[in-house]
Amino acid sequence: MSQDKTKKRPVVKTLLIGMISIALYTALLLNQDIINSTFARGGLYALLPIATAFIFSFIHGSFTGNFWTSLGIEAKKRKKTEGK
Amino acid sequence: MHDIAKEAANFINLDVINIIYLFVVGFVGGLVSGFIGSGGAFVLTPGMMSLGVPGLVAVASNMCHKFPKALVGAIKRAKYGQVDIKLGIIMGISAEAGVLYGAHIQQNIKSAFGDAGSNLYVSVSFVVILAIVGGFVLRDAWKTYRSGSTHEEEKLTRLAKWVQSINIPGTMVYFKSLNAKISVLFTIPLGFATGMLAATIAVGGFIGVPSMIYVLGAPSLMASASELVIAFVMGLGGSLKYAMGGLVDIRLAMIILAGSLFGIQLGAIGTTYVKPFMIKVVMGVIMVIVLFSRALMVPVYLAQLGVIETLGETTVKVLKNTSFAIMIMAVLIGAFIVLRAIWQGRRAEKVATKEAISHS
Repeated sequence: MSQDKTKKRPVVKTLLIGMISIALYTALLLNQDIINSTFARGGLYALLPIATAFIFSFIHGSFTGNFWTSLGIEAKKRKKTEGK
Repeated sequence: MHDIAKEAANFINLDVINIIYLFVVGFVGGLVSGFIGSGGAFVLTPGMMSLGVPGLVAVASNMCHKFPKALVGAIKRAKYGQVDIKLGIIMGISAEAGVLYGAHIQQNIKSAFGDAGSNLYVSVSFVVILAIVGGFVLRDAWKTYRSGSTHEEEKLTRLAKWVQSINIPGTMVYFKSLNAKISVLFTIPLGFATGMLAATIAVGGFIGVPSMIYVLGAPSLMASASELVIAFVMGLGGSLKYAMGGLVDIRLAMIILAGSLFGIQLGAIGTTYVKPFMIKVVMGVIMVIVLFSRALMVPVYLAQLGVIETLGETTVKVLKNTSFAIMIMAVLIGAFIVLRAIWQGRRAEKVATKEAISHS
């Protein structure tokens, strides 16, 4: 069989990171009033939205990457098989 | 506390429909960005404004979703060996200066000619730049397709050969995407122009990517991937500026990001299945369609400025709605081409694998 069929897909990892991602979004939407009023204060508080963006991109980015891999949608495999 | 309440009052209430809408628009925008390095932003900002988000909050929130999206896209495409980080950062820094200058010009035009003047300036910039650059990119892609050389390595333009042949001591930097040393005196104005365009029409990549391909001589795949680094640098600086003014609605930014990160991963994967000229096709098609969208709005702003006769209310409404619909169509067509390319590429790969197995 082809190698990609036997290769394990990161389903468990995807589910775990997915749950963390959903938790982050739930926390954001449940506390939107306090988050909005704090994050929009300007000045040094500007670091809060920036930090949030980095955290979400790290967690949710990892989730979305694993999500497509779990579905078997990956980059085209290179022809070169030599040189491990 | 009152000030805070006033600021927060600028932020809209989000219901499930709004969230789904932002997620889907984010996904489509992300898909296109992952593939051509930019795009999507010009739909996101008006998309948010159509929900009642004030213009500046929409621009700020779009910016705050753009830099984390570009970061994720750049990391993904770096794994495929497509990113020239050095070129991206050097152009990104000069683009930041371009953004500040572009915003300054915008402000001056707004204070001199009002909102209609500012909108006219944005639309005319769109039409002129997209007509020249988009037309050129699309013509080049068409010529490659017609000549049947889509499999061959991209040839350097005469301009890129000249740029790579110039030696200005003390300014020469080696870039891996060009496999050559060029003077940063060439990259600085290109980065600056990218930033200025980003400040004007929200999509700097329409200058950034073609300039890296045609002026510097970078391959299309590397140019579109390195554009993500430029977008990250520009987006981070811009977001910080807007956040300091309390204008970022983090909920909007993160919901769009939720969709766009699904899209950007898929768009990045798509680049590994296509021939390089497809980057030019998608970019050129989007640019030319968007150009028509903006051109429709020019008479509206000219009438508001009193240059031409006042238009009827219905005419204005029809022009506005058609313009918005064409813009959405541009991104959807881009997304369709990307998805189709992935689908066809994967099918061809499966057939090739089957054949290889049956031959072994």
